[in-house]
Amino acid sequence: MFFSDKHAGMGELADTLAEDAYTEGRSLWRDARRRFMNHRAAVASLVVLALLLLFAAFGQYLSPWDNESIDWASLPNLDEDGLPSLASQHYFGLDPIGRDLYQRTVQGSRISLMVGVLGALTAVVIGTLYGAISGYVGGRTDAIMMRTLEVLSAFPFMFLVIVLMAVFGRNVLLIFVAIGAVSWLNMARIVRGQTLSLKRKEYIEAAMSVGVHPFLIVLRHIVPNVLGVVIVYATLLVPEMILFESFISFLGLGVSEPYTSWGALISEGADAMWTAPWTLIFPMLMLVLTLFCFNFLGDGLRDALDPKDR
Amino acid sequence: MFSFIIRRLAVAVPTILALITVSFVLMHAAPGGPFTNERNVPEAVMENIEAKYNLDKPLWQQYLIYVGNVAQGDLGPSFRYKDFTVNELIESSFPRSAYIGAWSFLFVVVFGVGLGVVAALKQNRWPDYTVMTAAMTGVVFPNFVMAPLLVLLFAVTLRWLPAGGWEGGQVEYIVLPIIAMATSYIAQVARITRSSMIETLRSPFIRTARAKGIPRHKIVLRHALKPALIPVVSYLGPAFVGIITGSVIIDQVFSTGGIGQHFVNGAINRDYSLILGVTILVGVLTIVFNAAVDILYTWLDPRVRY
Amino acid sequence: MTVNNVQTITSTANRMEEGSGRWLSRALLVCLAPLVFIACSGSDDNHAKGGDRALEAADIDAPETRLKAHPTTGEQLARRQVLVRGNASEPASLDPQLVQDSVGGAIVVDLFEGLTRSGPRGDTEPAMATSWASSNNNLTWTFQLREDGLWSDGSTVTAQDFVYGWRRAVDPEVGSNYAYYIESAGVANAGEIIAGDKAPDTLGVRAVDDFTFEVTLEEPITYLPDMTVHYTMFPAPRQAIEAHGEDWTRPGKMVSNGAYTLNAWHIGEKLVAARNPRYWGDDSTIIDRVVYLPIESSSAELQRYASGELHMTSTVPVSQMARLKKERPKELVMVPSMATYMYAFNVNRPPFDDVRVRRALTYAIDRNIIVSYITRGNQMPAFTLTPPYVSGFDFRQPEYATWSQTRRDEEAREALEEAGYTEDNPLEFELLYNTDESHKALAIVVSQMWKEKLGAKVTISNLEWKTFLSEKQAGNYGIARFGWKGDYNEASTFLTLLTSDSGNNDGGWSNETYDQLLLDARSSDDPNPYYVRAEEILWQAFPVVPVYFNTTVALVSPSLKGYPEKNPRTIVYSKDMYITAD
Repeated sequence: MFFSDKHAGMGELADTLAEDAYTEGRSLWRDARRRFMNHRAAVASLVVLALLLLFAAFGQYLSPWDNESIDWASLPNLDEDGLPSLASQHYFGLDPIGRDLYQRTVQGSRISLMVGVLGALTAVVIGTLYGAISGYVGGRTDAIMMRTLEVLSAFPFMFLVIVLMAVFGRNVLLIFVAIGAVSWLNMARIVRGQTLSLKRKEYIEAAMSVGVHPFLIVLRHIVPNVLGVVIVYATLLVPEMILFESFISFLGLGVSEPYTSWGALISEGADAMWTAPWTLIFPMLMLVLTLFCFNFLGDGLRDALDPKDR
Repeated sequence: MFSFIIRRLAVAVPTILALITVSFVLMHAAPGGPFTNERNVPEAVMENIEAKYNLDKPLWQQYLIYVGNVAQGDLGPSFRYKDFTVNELIESSFPRSAYIGAWSFLFVVVFGVGLGVVAALKQNRWPDYTVMTAAMTGVVFPNFVMAPLLVLLFAVTLRWLPAGGWEGGQVEYIVLPIIAMATSYIAQVARITRSSMIETLRSPFIRTARAKGIPRHKIVLRHALKPALIPVVSYLGPAFVGIITGSVIIDQVFSTGGIGQHFVNGAINRDYSLILGVTILVGVLTIVFNAAVDILYTWLDPRVRY
Repeated sequence: MTVNNVQTITSTANRMEEGSGRWLSRALLVCLAPLVFIACSGSDDNHAKGGDRALEAADIDAPETRLKAHPTTGEQLARRQVLVRGNASEPASLDPQLVQDSVGGAIVVDLFEGLTRSGPRGDTEPAMATSWASSNNNLTWTFQLREDGLWSDGSTVTAQDFVYGWRRAVDPEVGSNYAYYIESAGVANAGEIIAGDKAPDTLGVRAVDDFTFEVTLEEPITYLPDMTVHYTMFPAPRQAIEAHGEDWTRPGKMVSNGAYTLNAWHIGEKLVAARNPRYWGDDSTIIDRVVYLPIESSSAELQRYASGELHMTSTVPVSQMARLKKERPKELVMVPSMATYMYAFNVNRPPFDDVRVRRALTYAIDRNIIVSYITRGNQMPAFTLTPPYVSGFDFRQPEYATWSQTRRDEEAREALEEAGYTEDNPLEFELLYNTDESHKALAIVVSQMWKEKLGAKVTISNLEWKTFLSEKQAGNYGIARFGWKGDYNEASTFLTLLTSDSGNNDGGWSNETYDQLLLDARSSDDPNPYYVRAEEILWQAFPVVPVYFNTTVALVSPSLKGYPEKNPRTIVYSKDMYITAD
């Protein structure tokens, strides 16, 4: 098929072929990125998440209200004046005591996104390492680590929060401590399960026989192979952490008024579901959007980073 | 296998003891006590009430008395429900939560795994997206939104089902709690199953099986399913314990009289013995089902050995 | 739902044929089919009326009522008289001497009966006592008991049962939280017995004979019959308590003397009381069974009411008030109650040690906005500690209650300036409240008012209940939410809150004149002038910020009659009500 008049002779042909043969080295990251970009939903999610971040950071400038002032004039006729409207610039309407829901949702986004992402990240890091080490080392270490995990799973968590608050006072950082304390437990179990199955594989045996340090085996062979499940479970954790924060607020920890979070907004909205459905719909919409984005993102990441695809 | 069970049993006792100790310390570290009241109780009365419940003794003594009682199966009197003992409270409420929980769990496994497998087989095509979106509604609607919504729809508007109650666990009373409970777990199980199944289907041994011409459904059911289920089963172990110990939201919205309410109310009321009692229950269940999961691993993947 | 739907599901399932999908589709069918059948069978209930539906929901087998029509009004009565009530939460105990809140109280006043009871307007009516008289300058009270009063086991209720009950209330071994109630009634030796210095049988009560109960007081109390309405002063069945010990409050073991006996108790689900045929007034009791549902979530309670499963709720979620006023105006009941909602100051902690600051904060709250648009329950704005509908109380208000809000705001700003707070030096403090949606809403509104009108920087913090109590009682607060419900229908139940020796006065405010006034009031024939002067002290000293006087808001089904819509004591006796057929 190369023998056509278009190609001026074999010599030039040889040069052309030689040039074509010199390709740039392909790194694994570029492969991964290519695979990720092929996953349309994941790319779309990345875009939406970026928009969400912009919303959280700068959305407040789009409306003249703020997140704590009460619109006294609208209180007498709240079911009409509280409706979302572009004219009054209460884009999301008013909450049952007359505060602008749009501004509160924007402010809540910051807290919730931070809580969700950081909580999931903590779970990923601590849980993966704990589970992988426990599963790989096995024996008594595994037994001790797993029994400790069981104790941590069963103990009354509410008291931990109450005591933390009593000792450290109301500190926003404490939310992360409290969330971090429980988010990794299930992750560790899942990773351990996978590890138990993985560690009998031949390439692990090979690495062991070569004399690779166990910790390196864990890091370089086990962890990448469990990443698939880890990423998926992590994306499930994001909304769980966001909602969990609202439970902790109930105990007095977490953000205090006027600061709010999606979880708190949703729980207030659930109470006013019948009379003011918009107070539930908008924060839930945010949560749904975030959830779907993280899910598809997780899918894309898993596809991209799956070692079996190489 | 037998020695495995014996080993686990032997370790269970110190684990429970550790659990009791940690919980005991934490509980007493929290401000306020079971008898802290809005109307200030005169000191003399307070002294007497506390003496009745051994609260006047030093902590380590209370601890030893409690552990001694537990060893004999006595979980003590409830500090808040003065007419009941903890044993009675657990005996009357746990079966209800377990009943609803068991049914929910059945749905979770059937629908969760089923939907996950279907989605994995049709990855990135329409069935996948529809199934996953449907499954996601469970995660998106937290149970404190889902439960009242269900009641609003089925009880208040359509009047098909009662809005609450237990009445011996008749079908119409448990349908809504089961749905509310199951939906969030189904989504998680479906996603984990799907992802794990996708990965397993890419494994070399599946490629071998396909090359050998084994029909598709046999590949999925006989070869791919078992290893794919490992992370699912890891998730389901603790999930099962969570499901059968109920949820405070489900108990509150549906007035089932289950045990979920006791976890939160016990902490709020500082009902020390009740909290310890339910904690021990959860601890025992966790240990048992984690052991069961570990045994399941060996069945799912014969290479796993302890 | 018809058979067509079942067919649709089957065909959908069949279409999901992809090999491994087939078993899945069959599994789905198996699971969905029962739901379809439940839905089909349930649709017949669409037309069930409120009463019948509540009855079905309660699933109680009650006999058909004897009467067809109400004896006095002639209204047609429902076939089965089973009352289903929302009761806020699980009672901690059903022992009358151990009950400490209105949740247990609501049940106990149906199961037991004391010397007196509350009339429909909060007045005091005879119950087990047919008459009473005081002698010796109100230091001795003698109650004549009815002779046909029976316990549910058939034995007669005697004065000894009251002696036994009152002694239990103060007995340190029994450990009642309401022991102080007997002491505040001035019963002789109560204080010492509670402190453990004397034996319970030295309490100033005795049975002169089987049907004469005599109370000896250490100081003259004119309103003792008002106080005996409260459940702590109910009689106790010695025979049951001695036979069963701590178990005596179980169904089957409990012996009670009220219109109902305890039939079933399922924690977290329901509590059932059944008619007590031995009750002396049984002929006029129409309701056969009472079901109390401990529904903690007010929105869940509302939903059960809306689905027809309750006849009356214990409360109404604030967020639904506006809608319910429009959609169910006749079912919404708003009864002024003897309770005040306020914020308490810790007068030892700056900036609240300055009375001008306290005055400014009290003035700058627009109570009309709060009761009209936030709480929406027809509450009355409060400027005093004691509510107006307390029996016999000479209710007056301070002058600033009559000013316009604008004027109050101005005066508030002036007071704050005097105290040294300006734009450059704004007032800063933290407001504490216990976690609860309505407390949160109010705290937000009040703090915003202070912010806008006074330029104050207020942070609001919530704590869970026990931590809140523990902090408040330890005085670890500057300003905290506070509420008080009267124990009996007389002003001293409110005013004694702020005496120097009151166990509930953790804000540290103390005023000798105030203390003396209340002491004098106790021993005088007409305490009102003392009460008025005591209140006047409060109007100038501002130890607390009264916000509004509570109302009890509830939804009452149109078929439930006899609900006491005007009783500020908010005691709802089931035996006074009846259910009509509609």
